[in-house]
Amino acid sequence: MTQLPTSTQKKLGLVIDLDTCVGCHACVISCKGWNTENYGAPLSDQEPYGANPSGTFLNRVHSYEVTPLATSAKPHPAAQTIHFPKSCLHCEDAPCVTVCPTGASYKREEDGIVLVNETDCIGCGLCAWACPYGARELDQDEGVMKKCTLCVDRIYNENLPEEDREPACVRTCPAGARHFGDFADPDSNVSRLTAERGGIDLMPEQGTRPVNQYLPPRPKDELPEFDVLAPYLEPVADNPGGFIGWLDRALDKLPSKGA
Amino acid sequence: MHPAPSVIIFTTLSGLGFGLLIFLGLGMPAVTGLNAFWFFAIGYVLAVGGLLSSTFHLGHPERAWKAFSQWRSSWLSREGICAVAALITMALYGAGLVFFDSQWAILGWLGAALSLGTVFTTSMIYAQMKTVPRWHMPWTPAKFLTLSLAGGALLAGQVTLAIVLLILAGAITLATWIIGDTAFARSGTDMETATGLGAIGRVKAFEPPHTGTNYLMREFIHVVGRKHSTKLRIIAGALAFVVPIILLLLPFSHIIAILAVISHIAGVATARWLFFAEAEHVVGLYYGKR
Repeated sequence: MTQLPTSTQKKLGLVIDLDTCVGCHACVISCKGWNTENYGAPLSDQEPYGANPSGTFLNRVHSYEVTPLATSAKPHPAAQTIHFPKSCLHCEDAPCVTVCPTGASYKREEDGIVLVNETDCIGCGLCAWACPYGARELDQDEGVMKKCTLCVDRIYNENLPEEDREPACVRTCPAGARHFGDFADPDSNVSRLTAERGGIDLMPEQGTRPVNQYLPPRPKDELPEFDVLAPYLEPVADNPGGFIGWLDRALDKLPSKGA
Repeated sequence: MHPAPSVIIFTTLSGLGFGLLIFLGLGMPAVTGLNAFWFFAIGYVLAVGGLLSSTFHLGHPERAWKAFSQWRSSWLSREGICAVAALITMALYGAGLVFFDSQWAILGWLGAALSLGTVFTTSMIYAQMKTVPRWHMPWTPAKFLTLSLAGGALLAGQVTLAIVLLILAGAITLATWIIGDTAFARSGTDMETATGLGAIGRVKAFEPPHTGTNYLMREFIHVVGRKHSTKLRIIAGALAFVVPIILLLLPFSHIIAILAVISHIAGVATARWLFFAEAEHVVGLYYGKR
């Protein structure tokens, strides 16, 4: 049923720390690895070794350059590079769910995960149109819509050791930039992180009420305004001696234009 | 947005076909027998041909019947239901005219209302997309409805009504172009809100997630349409509205009427191509593109 649940018991989602992400793309690879051989159709590639390779990914890492606004104190602020992983945000008002004509897209009442029932999906692509974040990709081999499942086949999987029962992207992140938890619980790790670091919604004006939160980069350290090396680069000898000293004095004695 | 030929053919032809069915349902022209058969045949070829062509872009057309189930929330589902209901109702009404020489007026009105509803539900699929600011306005259904009515009147041979509706549809189409041009900027979505990094400063795409292209970029980022937008608008406006109106003002002949219809269809198809090609989806912002 593509009507959204009025409320969900849990709000499972991710916190992504833009201050910590180093842009290594490990989450992209582990996501593709897990999800191509587990839940639903594999994530196909087209021409993977050809001239124009492309493929289905549920998680992609963008990189942005942000130039702080110039101030009188800092007329030429240094630009920053920020790596930006992006996957489904499991929105509370998910527009991708309500547009689905077949009921293939749905939001789970128990934990708020947005999923696609691939046997009902007709591959019309309308849900990808409705998503402002580009979280859904139509698989070119299978003709069905693929999206992040929040690794629904890992997080409840009792065949896995307990430390592996979290999404593959979170499990693999070497920088600890991704956190998984329940936003409905105010004491959960993700709720506390969001409160402490001022987590933000992407495109709040789109009215999707995303569950996933992004932690903005912390302010950069301020470099001191003086040149730390300057004292060590002062000229050692003010009055040169020897041949150079004689040459200096002799040349000074010659009449010059200005004098 | 990627201008998929199947969707352009579908919305252009179905809009015309259902437009003709609206007028036939209202008894304009009041035809019976073989005359009625030919009018209904044209309406059905256009409407059904368009609907069939729209299934070509589906990943799994064999499951298309499942799309009738989610009418409570989905405009695409409502469109499917409305279209089938309109086609069945108008088939019964048409059978009355063709085979029994009798006009079952109530059935005709119902069929006309359902045909109009089909065009409206089609337009709402686009108008509901908050992610495509150019489409997300009441002018979008107004454009689809007036274009369908104008084309229907043209096909139904309602000369005076066709001229009035062509002028109205032309004016509304022009309005959607002018208002649509500033819609993206007015939506408030930009790279700063997309990344949430606006608090630091101006955001620029530095490196894309991959060296090649992907489904999202192919589907949502299309710049060729915008490059030639003004030229295409002039061509579309001339073919869809100006030429047919001039031809209709000339003394009536079937050749001139056919020329007016062909010109109108070519113009609407051009405008529909532009409707997709120049529409910008907000996801392009993540790629630093529009």
